[in-house]
Amino acid sequence: MKVGLFIPCYIDQFYTKVAIATLKLLQNVGCQVDYPLQQTCCGQPMANSGYEHLTGGCNENFVRNFAGYDYIVSPSGSCTLHIKHHLHASNESEASAIRSRIYELTEFLTDVVKVSSLKATFPYRVGLHQSCHGQRGLHLSQMSELMAPPFSKPAQLLNLVDGLDLVQLDRRDECCGFGGTFCVTEEAVSAKMGKDRVADHLRHGVNYITGVDVSCLMHLEGILKRANSAVQVKHIAEILTATV
Amino acid sequence: MNQLNLDHASAAVEFNKDEPRVDWHDETLWFVRTKRDRAAAQLPEWEQLREAASQIKNHVLSNMHDLLAQFEENAKRNGITVHWAENADEHNAIIHKLIQDAGVTRMVKSKSMLTEECHLNDYLTRHGIDVIDSDLGERIVQMRKEPPSHIVLPAIHLKKSDVGETFHEHLGTEKGATDPQYLTEAARQHLRDTFLTRKVALTGVNFAIAETGGFVVCTNEGNADMGAHLADVHIAAMGFEKIIPRAEHLGVFLRLLARSATGQPITTFSSHFHRPRPGQQMHIVIVDNGRSRQLGRPDFRNSLKCIRCAACLNTCPVYRRSGGHSYHSAIAGPIGSILAPNLDMKLNADLPFASTLCGSCSNVCPVKIDIHDQLYKWRQVLMKEGYGPGSKTAAMKAMATVLESPGLYRMAGKIGRGVLRFTPVLAENRFNPWYNQREMPEPPAESFRDWYINNKKA
Amino acid sequence: MTTREKILANIKANQPDLRPLPEQFTFVSTFPDLTKQFIDVLTFVGGRALVVPDYAAIRSDLETQYPNLTSVATTIPELADLADRTMVVSDPHELADLNLAIIEGPVAVAENAAIWVDETQLPQRVAPMITQYLVIVIRQSTLVPNMHDAYKRLKVDTTGFGTFICGPSKTADIEQSLVIGAHGARSLTVYLLP
Repeated sequence: MKVGLFIPCYIDQFYTKVAIATLKLLQNVGCQVDYPLQQTCCGQPMANSGYEHLTGGCNENFVRNFAGYDYIVSPSGSCTLHIKHHLHASNESEASAIRSRIYELTEFLTDVVKVSSLKATFPYRVGLHQSCHGQRGLHLSQMSELMAPPFSKPAQLLNLVDGLDLVQLDRRDECCGFGGTFCVTEEAVSAKMGKDRVADHLRHGVNYITGVDVSCLMHLEGILKRANSAVQVKHIAEILTATV
Repeated sequence: MNQLNLDHASAAVEFNKDEPRVDWHDETLWFVRTKRDRAAAQLPEWEQLREAASQIKNHVLSNMHDLLAQFEENAKRNGITVHWAENADEHNAIIHKLIQDAGVTRMVKSKSMLTEECHLNDYLTRHGIDVIDSDLGERIVQMRKEPPSHIVLPAIHLKKSDVGETFHEHLGTEKGATDPQYLTEAARQHLRDTFLTRKVALTGVNFAIAETGGFVVCTNEGNADMGAHLADVHIAAMGFEKIIPRAEHLGVFLRLLARSATGQPITTFSSHFHRPRPGQQMHIVIVDNGRSRQLGRPDFRNSLKCIRCAACLNTCPVYRRSGGHSYHSAIAGPIGSILAPNLDMKLNADLPFASTLCGSCSNVCPVKIDIHDQLYKWRQVLMKEGYGPGSKTAAMKAMATVLESPGLYRMAGKIGRGVLRFTPVLAENRFNPWYNQREMPEPPAESFRDWYINNKKA
Repeated sequence: MTTREKILANIKANQPDLRPLPEQFTFVSTFPDLTKQFIDVLTFVGGRALVVPDYAAIRSDLETQYPNLTSVATTIPELADLADRTMVVSDPHELADLNLAIIEGPVAVAENAAIWVDETQLPQRVAPMITQYLVIVIRQSTLVPNMHDAYKRLKVDTTGFGTFICGPSKTADIEQSLVIGAHGARSLTVYLLP
């Protein structure tokens, strides 16, 4: 199983440890992982700002990097969703193949690898932040708005971790307010949403907030740090590879 | 502070200056959302009902011409006079003329978002007509000379102390009184007198039935009925998209509407009007006002399926924390943000950006409008058509140039991480909105790519 | 070209290709006990429901609930002696001081406690709203499970006006605090005959 690892630009630059954990996790479950060296960005920062017409260069570069893999896996629901919905290129058959072969990390582990056990220990109270693009876009978890049976791919994996105590939040899938450029263009609402999300986790006494999207976690981390909170954020890959 | 003259982001800054009030607004509307969830969960067929409603509305959009013609024919046969208005001005003029023809200068009105969209009250007031809104929430905001901040709960932005003050000033209630029961009773007495003395009443239309030529108006207060049944002239104003094919389809919509809106099993009154009372005149004004243009946009026509339940407002985390007035449009929230650009792209170019695209709106929508996808698509249209600020376009072009080139990207990354590591003051200042209420991420010494090359290729 | 023609022409030019109506748009609701379901929901929305064996029981309850009340009207012959006035008036404004209206409901819906009334039951359309208190008498045999069943049973344009009434009029427009008795009736009592 040849897996192309897609590390979104801001993870590559600011969250090296998340990318390393993702790589290790995929290798731990038996994947042969390749990291194409000329990758950059999925193009979402421009597209969500209304400039999808400027993402042609990113798209071409993405296809050059990721053509030919059985699977492309990324530790980001948001970037995965963007590629799945919006990747088009001069080589459209390759673009289309990539769109159907790209997976967010947790859905890849539960649906493709079908992981049923993990050698990980994380003896803490953990709150799971359901990132909207992963949850509502990629259906990683059942959405609270729908009258349908519950499931959660990230929670399914977290429940395989020794010692981990997953808390139930008051609002289990409310948006954190990151929203790409929204976080600066609508700073007031964005920060307020982030503070409210953090407060929900704190009310339930978490030690860590985790999630499948580093962008949301970066936003929540910024708020936690400003409040001098001892609570930390960790991407789910870091927890799924944690040892005591 | 007048939020209405500001763009959404600036108005949201104003709204967020009083954080406890934002918390109250958020909690109040979230409670409505949870009531909706409970009501929906009681119907095992909820998701199938949404699908049926969506398909009926898809059919309506595709058969709009014939359904409207059929409706008109049947309505006329029922003794209802049908008027057509291409835009807000025509709509307002038709209603003004009907009031003049009745020989009166006063009218009572129940809730109609269409008349808000057309600014009917302003128009009639300018022409010397006294209009009284009879929905309690609308009456409150009317007294305060504010627009509604929510399509179902028009005064949801106000606290009972605000309402107490307003009623003290306008209805002579006791100063400092805040008991909702007492305040509602005062409004009941005031409006009862209004209902009994007005000869012209205007109502909105929730559903118009092509097969029977009648229409349905839903209220909890009974104000539409009180107005219409006591008036000599009943005017009903409807956007043309309110049409449904047959009465039996109401079973689907009435099961969804109130449950989605407030979590009630159905509104208190679901009134079906088919013929005027003996001696009464009944008029329907069918309004286009940009709807036929929206019908012609494949990406956006689904917005016309809306039944105005406001579930998308209640669930929207941005709406709950910015308030209805920040949308500076008759219809606030996610649905308003995809309707408003059709009315005026320049004026409303900010609204599709007043969202994180979280998608909750589309999930609660009882007619399954792809609201968040349309927000994304409006962003593309608006920026392509040049409604974005020039500085933003330039920044996006620069960003694209860097991100599409692996070499430039790596160089920029190195510089960016370096800035944050060695001279964080460059990023941590008041000109960086991120830093206003959040810390910056702590940058690592090396990028993942550097690490990968150093550790894996060796 | 008239405005009407212009609008219809624009619509015709812009509407998408015809899409069919859904095959399924009615659903079956199965409640173990329709009466209980109706009563539970009516209570939830602020109404009062009472199962009664006959008109005598209704009369006796009304006499307890509304002792000495004047300006009472009914359309039900069996309860005519409780009335001191009529709803059959030519001008609806004459009902302005009506205190209690007692009417019949031909079809009632268990899922949401909505009761259909039209001009067959209403001498004036405004009667159930303008009255201070409203009483509706229904028969358990006319309860249908849900709204789809109700619309199968009804012909909505038999008369010029009909309405589903669910509970007393209400508003929550002041800080979401529920207040019963907005513009319509301040209370609704429903008697369920066998």
